[in-house]
Amino acid sequence: MKLKIFFTLLSLVFLAQLGYSQDRFVTRSGHVKFFSSAPLEDIEAHSNKVSSILDLKKNEVVVSMLIKTFEFEKKLMQEHFNENYMESDKYPKSTFSGSFEGNSDLSALKDGTYTVNASGEISIHGVSKQIETPVTLTVSNGKVKADFVFMAKVKEFGIKIPKVVVRNIAEEVEVTAAFEYEPYK
Amino acid sequence: MKRFTYIVAVLALTFNLSAQDDLMDILNEGSEETIYAEATFKGARLINGHTSKLRKAKELEFVISHRFGRINSGIDDFFGLDVANIRFSLEYGISDKLTAGIGRNSFEKVYDGFLKYQIFRQSEGVKNMPFTVTGFSSMAIRTLDNANFTEDDFSSKVSYTHQLLIARKMSPTVSLLLSPTYVHRNKVIADQENDIFALGFGGRVKLNNRISLNAEYYYRLTSELTDQFKDAIGIGVEIETGGHVFHLNFTNARSMVERGFITETNGDFFNGDLHFGFNISRVF
Repeated sequence: MKLKIFFTLLSLVFLAQLGYSQDRFVTRSGHVKFFSSAPLEDIEAHSNKVSSILDLKKNEVVVSMLIKTFEFEKKLMQEHFNENYMESDKYPKSTFSGSFEGNSDLSALKDGTYTVNASGEISIHGVSKQIETPVTLTVSNGKVKADFVFMAKVKEFGIKIPKVVVRNIAEEVEVTAAFEYEPYK
Repeated sequence: MKRFTYIVAVLALTFNLSAQDDLMDILNEGSEETIYAEATFKGARLINGHTSKLRKAKELEFVISHRFGRINSGIDDFFGLDVANIRFSLEYGISDKLTAGIGRNSFEKVYDGFLKYQIFRQSEGVKNMPFTVTGFSSMAIRTLDNANFTEDDFSSKVSYTHQLLIARKMSPTVSLLLSPTYVHRNKVIADQENDIFALGFGGRVKLNNRISLNAEYYYRLTSELTDQFKDAIGIGVEIETGGHVFHLNFTNARSMVERGFITETNGDFFNGDLHFGFNISRVF
């Protein structure tokens, strides 16, 4: 009898594990690039330390990134980005938390490319906003990749650009993300 | 009893499932990051002395500093503006942790060279370090003869300064600096010490994202028999615009080299022996 309970428990644990690994996918090394194109100069920064979890059962996605992980070619620019614009001491993180419409092929992890509309709340510089953006999800060999691009208006997130540098920094910044998820264990 | 165990086990499992329901919580749980303090100081100088700030690799900084004469010298010298001394320096980041610089100060015609090395960097998170600590070593050579010396050969003109620049960004607006200092002068006039220990205190308070108030005080720990020199005190405004840092200062020191302002400041700050001055720095 004890043995029977043991096996029941064991199979339950396995089932739970199985359920997990199929639904949830995680990355801690997602890539996000932001690009600003202004008359005087193009500015570009990259982070390769963006975290995200994708849940294909609940059709939910969360993204979290530390502003200080963005790297610029010019280090002084990076300092200004953190200190004067993003105020990353006060607002260390940017997050997104949203959902997308379900797709049975996607949740069954059938290989292929799917375009879904993700909508939810993005928070940058302490300001939260609703956004909606198409996301391309690519499934292959049980792994999921997500790609999306959206434009963020600097002003809408309470970031002021002084007149002196108005020709150096664009009012609208292009944010490009590429996440390669691994099954969550 | 068996049934009870079974129920408890199942409950435990379901609880385990629901506890991990919020995706953002899961994401924050496993995050392992170290956050470094950024821009504790904007400039490599606070007023006269160095801050813990280093240049990043391959950055070149050009600094022009001026100190005018004493404000209380009156209208004859146009409140000091007729009398000016200047220091130029070039400071280069060999790596993110090592900066080398050379400079020349017109006061006593001093050439100096220095190395600054980052020992610790203030951080929070996985790596926790409350302070940024930078080592500073310089050598200065006076090329103007000193009338007090009967013999003034090359070695008498040389002096050395070693400092630990211990900084902490207390909050986004306040940064503090403590700098234990050792100055060695190869030759001094009678009754003065060759070796001087001093403790520098300083800080900056940001008024907005680009302007801060800076202040600095170098307290000499070594007492000398003839007390003709004073502690160097300075107060100023720092303005940052893009790649430039401007300082507008008032200080009782004339020299802009460590030996000069730490050990041989002769103006009395509280008696109005103030020099107006500015530092302009440009990073390439």
